[in-house]
Amino acid sequence: MKYEPVIGLETHVQLKTDCKIFCACPTSFGEQPNKNTCPVCLGLPGSLPVLNKKVLELAITAGLAINCHIAERLHFNRKNYFYPDLPKGYQISQFNHPICAKGFIDIALPSGTKRIQITRAHLEEDAGKLLHEGIHDGSYVDFNRAGVPLLEVVTEPDLRSSDEAYQYLIMLKAIMRYAGVSNCNMEEGSLRCDANVSVRPVGTEKFGTRSEIKNLNSFKAVQKAIEYEIKRQSELLDSGKPVAQETRLWNEERQVTITMRSKEEAHDYRYFPEPDLVPFTVSRAEVEKIRKSLPELPQQISARFQKEFGLSPYDAEVLVQDQRLAQYFEEAVRSGAQAKLASNWIQSELLGILNERKLNIETSPVSPKDLAELVKLIENATISGKIGKEILPRMVDEKKTARQIIETSGMTQISDEKLIAEAAARAIQSNPKSVEAFKSGKTNALSFLVGRVMKETQGRANPQLVNKILKEKLEQAV
Amino acid sequence: MEKNNQIHNFTLEESAKALKSGQCEPSDFYQALRKRAESVDPKIHAYINYAEPSSVPSANGGVFSGVPISLKDNISTQGWETTCASKILKGYIPPYDATVVRKLKEAGAYIFAKCNMDEFAFGSSTETSAYGPTLNPWNPEYVPGGSSGGSAASVAANEAICALGSDTGGSIRQPAALCGIVGLKPTYGRVSRYGLVAFGSSLDQIGPLTKTVKDSALLMNVIAGHDPLDSTSAPEPVPDYTADLEKSIKGMKIGWPKEYFIEGIDPEVRKALENAADTFKSLGATIKEISLPHTPYAVAVYYVVATAEASSNLARFDGVRFGLRAKADTLRDLYFETRDLGFGREAKRRILMGTFVLSSGYYDAYYRRAQKVRTLIKEDFVRAFKEVDLIMTPTAPTPAFKIGEKMDDPIQMYLSDIFTISMNLSGVPCMSLPGGFDNKGLPIGFQLVGNFFNESKIFRAGHQFEKASPFHTMKPKI
Repeated sequence: MKYEPVIGLETHVQLKTDCKIFCACPTSFGEQPNKNTCPVCLGLPGSLPVLNKKVLELAITAGLAINCHIAERLHFNRKNYFYPDLPKGYQISQFNHPICAKGFIDIALPSGTKRIQITRAHLEEDAGKLLHEGIHDGSYVDFNRAGVPLLEVVTEPDLRSSDEAYQYLIMLKAIMRYAGVSNCNMEEGSLRCDANVSVRPVGTEKFGTRSEIKNLNSFKAVQKAIEYEIKRQSELLDSGKPVAQETRLWNEERQVTITMRSKEEAHDYRYFPEPDLVPFTVSRAEVEKIRKSLPELPQQISARFQKEFGLSPYDAEVLVQDQRLAQYFEEAVRSGAQAKLASNWIQSELLGILNERKLNIETSPVSPKDLAELVKLIENATISGKIGKEILPRMVDEKKTARQIIETSGMTQISDEKLIAEAAARAIQSNPKSVEAFKSGKTNALSFLVGRVMKETQGRANPQLVNKILKEKLEQAV
Repeated sequence: MEKNNQIHNFTLEESAKALKSGQCEPSDFYQALRKRAESVDPKIHAYINYAEPSSVPSANGGVFSGVPISLKDNISTQGWETTCASKILKGYIPPYDATVVRKLKEAGAYIFAKCNMDEFAFGSSTETSAYGPTLNPWNPEYVPGGSSGGSAASVAANEAICALGSDTGGSIRQPAALCGIVGLKPTYGRVSRYGLVAFGSSLDQIGPLTKTVKDSALLMNVIAGHDPLDSTSAPEPVPDYTADLEKSIKGMKIGWPKEYFIEGIDPEVRKALENAADTFKSLGATIKEISLPHTPYAVAVYYVVATAEASSNLARFDGVRFGLRAKADTLRDLYFETRDLGFGREAKRRILMGTFVLSSGYYDAYYRRAQKVRTLIKEDFVRAFKEVDLIMTPTAPTPAFKIGEKMDDPIQMYLSDIFTISMNLSGVPCMSLPGGFDNKGLPIGFQLVGNFFNESKIFRAGHQFEKASPFHTMKPKI
């Protein structure tokens, strides 16, 4: 049977604050174990949480950026369970009243834009981390992450493929970065994702039984795990076996999901209102103030790029997925580069060159202004595109501008018609067979002669001019 | 020398005066109290341990410069084991001072001793302590009440100048009544809970146990006030609680809630209350019968709310980071063994009850319903204080009961808090003060309940009552 996957994502976004959510400990990454701790985030007896107001501000910003309603009042709940990385034996989270609800994110697909509904986004504190590796006398706990502020963004089951899930994550990450609320760095744990996956026969309405997949450490892993899970569930159903409702772990090494716990083993979290944090009213004025000061977000920039610069929707979407890329592009255009050309040169040439050299757009030795200069030189035919492609890697490696390289290497394009005519005459003279072939109607003979001229000028001759002049000369000869 | 033999009998007011004037040195106080404690504490076991002589601070000019204060062992003291009289916290040394301790130290006081208590404040007799019971200084066959039984007994036995306790359902007031001293539960939010090992977070308050009403006001002047480390502490300004003490109570209206004078109340307790009412009348106050209609539900509501919060608050005692850790091969066994060995019977009973009422499927029937009734109980007080200035009630239904009498009957034990619980559920301030003795010579206390944040009125009426009655001057012969 053919099955349709139904996917929902729960993404933990670490909010970009200097201090933890309920104490003044720093959130800095990569510190010595347990350096960023105090009685509060260690859950010592008698300690109490106090909300870091910056966390609320960032949560509201994030919520507005994904088109959510912001709650009238801020409520926290305790989620009770035992685990050594959870110092208090409960996690302070939100339950019935998330700070953000009912939003959406538009994602770019080859078939067009698709709207993914956001169910909710709620605040919670992160747990610590168990250390096993290289330790032989037991396990240790590092509480540096305990109390780091997280926003858990939950989608409706609106995603229908692993590619859609991937695109959603790309867009969520882009929005969070543009809004300045998170770095969304998976390596540092500032973005983590669980996927709920089920399948149903194509054409049916009823959802199948879902599994929740954890331990997804990269966007690629999300994609792979969803694909694996769709296949696994489809095969189960095809062989007449039911899908179990359970939590599964993605095993990166073996590229499979494995059972973590069944529905029966699921925790009863015994949520109840956190008595140490009294609910309070979220100021509407504050929400409106944040709404007004929201920076331009990816969709808006994409729309603007299409309108102002005439980019195709696809080019625009790709550029805005990375804020630094979009900024780079815009700066290049503002420095005089033709937009479409700039977009092509950045996306199909520059990124590849940087990537090969383990650089990125932010560390690029070629500034947007430098790139604009290169694009302009090509546009006004000072150099050919081919030369451009030779120059760009040198600009990266030698940290020189296009003009510097051209001048020192004599690479400017030859547009002097007299010079080209002379080269064309020489080509005609030394290739009588091609001239004959042209006369007998074989038009590719012209291409051959153009190639001769280009070779003689080391690729510097303006190809359009070479073409035009050669054609004129050959037709005269006929 | 003559004077030094009397130091232990001093009130806080007298102590502060003697130290301020230079009549006595801080070391005189330490030695006098230490000597007294060494003679009486073996008979009543109010203390867990004492400060070393070296911890006596030099005078700092503060209002309590050089004053020794005894502290319930659930209030965190930096560098000094804080056990909540539980095996599970054996060896736990807090790295920080509770806010009240910091404030006392800033005022020049120091912690003289840590007081015995019911384990984690679970009890009304101080019999559940892992260190063994505290005995009533008036008659060691009887309980001192609880859970702040050590604090109350130490003050009654004049081995403390004054003490701090904590009150979740009567744990300051009931032992104060049973030991014949003054005990105040401030308005919820008036005194910071930071550093108080939590039992029922929405109910817990730290408060003074003192020889006189004025001492209670003096202590409150130092420990009350907003604390940025406790989100539930109130921003209201703190008045000088001694300012109104000498004002007449002529014209004051005192409510007499009929639900507190039910059948089954000890006739001697009732008599003491009627005598106290007469005293107030003689001072110019009027007594008015009122109704607090939801009083009968208070115990039931309390044992849902308090145990729910306690079950979550006690989850952090897991053997992972501090205190007792049982030997175990697996994580599961570590939790089971540590908590089985570490917690006493009553703690386990309350954790089980609290876990049950929060469980999936039971939450609405128990916790949610209890919170609704709690609101009604609070509204009873709000309504009553539109009619009267204060409310007077018995503190406990009987004078002290015998050691062991109720240990096997939790329901009877819980009912000893029947008159104290409503004030925690509603948050209003309430003081127990000595109101007489029964025919066995055991003290009887009564309560004055004030409106929210109006401790001043309680102090004023209480102080005027003391001036017109002898009970607070009577001391056990020990």
